Amino acid sequence: MIGATLRALLSHWWRRPFQLVTLMVGLATATALWSGVQAINAEARASYDRAATTLAAGARPRLVADGPIPQRTYIALRRAGHDVSPVLEGSAAGLRIIGIDPFTLPPDDLPQDTGAGSIGPDFIGEPGQLLVAPGTEVPDSLPPATEAEGIPPGAAYADIGTAQRVLNRPGELSALIIAGPSSMTAPPIADIAPTLRRTGGTTTTDVSRLTGSFHLNLTAFGFLSFAVGLFIVRGAIGLAFEQRRGVFRTLRALGLPRGTLLALLSAELLILSLVAGAIGIALGYLVATLLIPDVAATLRGLYGAEVAGELTLRPAWWLSGFAIATLGTAIAAAASLWQTARMPLLAPANPRAWSRASAQALWLQAGAAALCLAVAAVAWGIGGLAAGFVLLGGLLLSAALALPLILRIVLRAASRTAQGPRAQWFWADAEQQLPGLSLALMALLLALAANIGVGTMVSSFRLTFTGWLDQRLAAELNLRAETEVQADEILAFLGPRVDAILPIRSTELPLAGAPAQLVGVADHPTYSETWPLIARQPDTWERVNAGDAALINAQLARRNDLWPGAMLEIAGRDMLIAGVYSDYGNPRGEAMVGLERFDTLFPDIPALSFSLRLDPAGIEDLTRDLRDRFDLPESNIMDQASVKRASLAIFERTFTVTGALNVLTLGVAGLAILTSLLTIATMRLPQLAPVWALGFTRRRLAMLDLGRAVMLAALTFVLSLPVGIALAWVLLSVINVEAFGWKLPLRLFPLDWLRLLVLSLLAAALAALVPALRLARTPPSELLKVFAHER
Amino acid sequence: MNARITRRALMLTALPGLAHAQGFAGLGTASRGFAEPAPDPTFRFPADHGPHPNFRIEWWYVTANLTGPDGTDYGIQWTLFRSALAPRDGSGWSTPQAWLGHAALTTPDTHRATERLGRGGIGQAGVTVDPFEAWIDDWQMAGPSLTDVRLTAAGEDFAYDLSLRTDMPFVPQGVGGYSVKSAEGQASYYYSQPFYAVEGTLILPTGEIPVTGRAWLDREWSSSPLAETQTGWDWFSLHLSTGEKLMGFRLRDRDGPPFTSATWILPDGTPSPYEDGALTAEPLETSRVADRDVPTRWRLRLPARGLDVEVAAVNPNAWMDLLYAYWEGPVRVSGSHDGMGYLEMTGYE
Repeated sequence: MIGATLRALLSHWWRRPFQLVTLMVGLATATALWSGVQAINAEARASYDRAATTLAAGARPRLVADGPIPQRTYIALRRAGHDVSPVLEGSAAGLRIIGIDPFTLPPDDLPQDTGAGSIGPDFIGEPGQLLVAPGTEVPDSLPPATEAEGIPPGAAYADIGTAQRVLNRPGELSALIIAGPSSMTAPPIADIAPTLRRTGGTTTTDVSRLTGSFHLNLTAFGFLSFAVGLFIVRGAIGLAFEQRRGVFRTLRALGLPRGTLLALLSAELLILSLVAGAIGIALGYLVATLLIPDVAATLRGLYGAEVAGELTLRPAWWLSGFAIATLGTAIAAAASLWQTARMPLLAPANPRAWSRASAQALWLQAGAAALCLAVAAVAWGIGGLAAGFVLLGGLLLSAALALPLILRIVLRAASRTAQGPRAQWFWADAEQQLPGLSLALMALLLALAANIGVGTMVSSFRLTFTGWLDQRLAAELNLRAETEVQADEILAFLGPRVDAILPIRSTELPLAGAPAQLVGVADHPTYSETWPLIARQPDTWERVNAGDAALINAQLARRNDLWPGAMLEIAGRDMLIAGVYSDYGNPRGEAMVGLERFDTLFPDIPALSFSLRLDPAGIEDLTRDLRDRFDLPESNIMDQASVKRASLAIFERTFTVTGALNVLTLGVAGLAILTSLLTIATMRLPQLAPVWALGFTRRRLAMLDLGRAVMLAALTFVLSLPVGIALAWVLLSVINVEAFGWKLPLRLFPLDWLRLLVLSLLAAALAALVPALRLARTPPSELLKVFAHER
Repeated sequence: MNARITRRALMLTALPGLAHAQGFAGLGTASRGFAEPAPDPTFRFPADHGPHPNFRIEWWYVTANLTGPDGTDYGIQWTLFRSALAPRDGSGWSTPQAWLGHAALTTPDTHRATERLGRGGIGQAGVTVDPFEAWIDDWQMAGPSLTDVRLTAAGEDFAYDLSLRTDMPFVPQGVGGYSVKSAEGQASYYYSQPFYAVEGTLILPTGEIPVTGRAWLDREWSSSPLAETQTGWDWFSLHLSTGEKLMGFRLRDRDGPPFTSATWILPDGTPSPYEDGALTAEPLETSRVADRDVPTRWRLRLPARGLDVEVAAVNPNAWMDLLYAYWEGPVRVSGSHDGMGYLEMTGYE
């Protein structure tokens, strides 16, 4: 019995292979986008964890100086009883060289998984050995490299002696890690090395916290894509169940218990979901592989977090891929299974007009839309990043759910105003097709709204960001000397050649309980005229320059609700906040004080950094002269234009991923339209045959179908516009503020919308093309059959 | 069980082992390219107090039995191991000479131990002979000569500062300084200075304690590990109340009877070496230390010298819980002879 039943049930898919393909494509795409994003997130998290266990993350406190630490200072500290371990970091041939001393470094600090096999006697001595992440390219000019798991990407671990040779910095160290407790008889570190200062370094929680919002963002997009994909699945499953009602009835009448039927149907769905899940996981891996280099670049640019540029397959990941595919199928099939379970034994065998969903159902759906909107409103009231995403989701979902009802109202109105029977038929037929297409149109709405929203957000951000860069990077050249002696020499050399030299001094310190930076700046119009203040008190700059007040960045202001007029403790001294400036791209808090105030707070911090004002025409010459004369590394001299270029490049890469996901989502929505049209095409013959019999040519009918699809897409686009703008507003004013601490003005870009409109109409037309062509080529005999026998 | 864990000989494999724990490996057991000890050595002092970089392993090993003003017994250990990754010297970070320090301070109730690692060539650790200085980080044994040194070491919760003096000669162990370690002929160069008089200060979290007593220095260098089947080592250095000294060790063998060796040293420093079997060491009682049973009371017999004594740990809990763990602590001697001494045991797992 069970075998026969299975054959009967599965025969449906043989007869309608296209439906099977639709189901598989929908489910596989949904799984692919979801698991692709998950793979990226998992890779990033694993990278953070790895980084946290290596000294690269600086989890242990360190001793640092302004400039290199002489090796003899290290020996002096060791010989005084302090358990410090030397580190020398620098760049060579595009790799970040991290020199370590495996003897004094705590074993736990060695890169994870670099077990006995990785560090051997070859590591020490000449030529030495580099430990790199698998797949890292190491030029021949460097010592031989060995691949080892657990090395951060882009980094190479070497013995400290090897690092000194490779970086050509004999006798120099860049930091000393405090590896363990000092001897009980050891004199204070300050007595031996007074110029060293202790820093906490960033901890893994810092990186996780900072990057958390980025990953939440990705997850939200992954989820959106998944939801869009599920619309296709729901459509395909619903149709398959509808069309098999007759089979179900017959099987039940033959004595098949309801439970067995449901179990067999569930098993069928489970098998389908597992197969589609497997395809989806493979596709997801592909998606992740394509996207991860950009994600890695973004995270590095935004947060300095290193993420491997390639993927590792983790069992947890593909298991979750199968789980989400199964879960998605279950969600999509729940309603159909429920209906089948409740189907009376003698229910009519005719497909219960998939295309005749009751007005009641539409209103029910609209009710659900209202509910989603209410949830969104509550989330808005609550605030917070997660609630921000709930607001986003609620908004999108309610718009999607309300779409069919709105479209129906519009189509009804159009049909009432329509002149002539043809036009009336066109509108009526459109309305009649609506239920069959509504899932696809809802998917299209989601994709379009997301596109408009994210596009508007990115463009608004870009506009604000470029303007801000111009203000922020007013100085033509930024310069950093290696030592104080060199700084003095450079200043003497610069004197007559520039209009102004503005020293910048900075140090890391906690502000309002979190790691932050304090910057001391000179009294100069460069700041007072252009600095991008978003909130200020009167006489801001006078008070800052007088040393009474400080400026803080928007991140610090928003996180702690500190605005002009409030007080902030800086290095043990309460200071008035005279202004707040925007500081895009900086995840941490920052405060600015006048240079003199900085001097009194931190007299020991040397002045090594300078902003230079000069005639832009002289930038190139001066840069070259400075490099030649003082042998300054590339990164120590930055001209305004290249900083701007670099910043914008980082900015663009940040949104490459969201852009890519957007395009994919739109593609999935187009696919949904195609599959919906194809599936309803066969069911529409009874409606088309009479029109054909009345004299419409098949070609004409096909053109009308094409036009209808484009018209529906256009209507959907119009409806998605306000939703997209609302989405952009949420992204700019809620999500960005919560995630990054900055708020951006909303700007509108109608030209972008026009492009998107054309794109979506093209997509709809393309999707409708195949069914239309098929209709145009339907043999008249097929159409005649409609009148000859009951289908 | 690591078949090659040895004692003093900790060194023979310890550094590679430690290095392994640190992420180093690849040091085979073979001593290719390294010099090997040969019988009938002639030691030249003070040169031979310094390092022998062509040998793979070497140590400067001091133990001292000390007494506080109230008669309490204390013990300290100060050890500097040298382990060569390659048979050459060198300066700067490239040197293949690695150094390891162990220090411990034992009271009847507490045992504190710590370790240091470093490499030569950069000034962090090393040994020079004239004036004599052996050091790693803030620990040192230094003075005008090896017969007059100041010995210091410190950990997070203990420190000591002692002066060690003697005018006695250094005593060769084994046959003229050639000490055989197994029936297959593994051997090392080995001499001792068991006659140091000590005074100085112990520093504990509870305060400083002035102490006096006796110290014993062992110098040993070699390139060969012990035989494959040797699983551990029980090593005794005893100061007897008659003024005589006894060095004895028992190398336990997985496949057969232990290999023993002993040197009886007269108060004037004249050594009499005894071959395998002359000395017997029999565990009488074990203590539960660091989740294992370690013999902390022994019966030691050297019939040729009429010695039949019981050797018992001052503090049975003298476990050196370091990257490479073993037991080492002061012992009391009673029976045919009285005295104090030190016991080291490895390979109890």
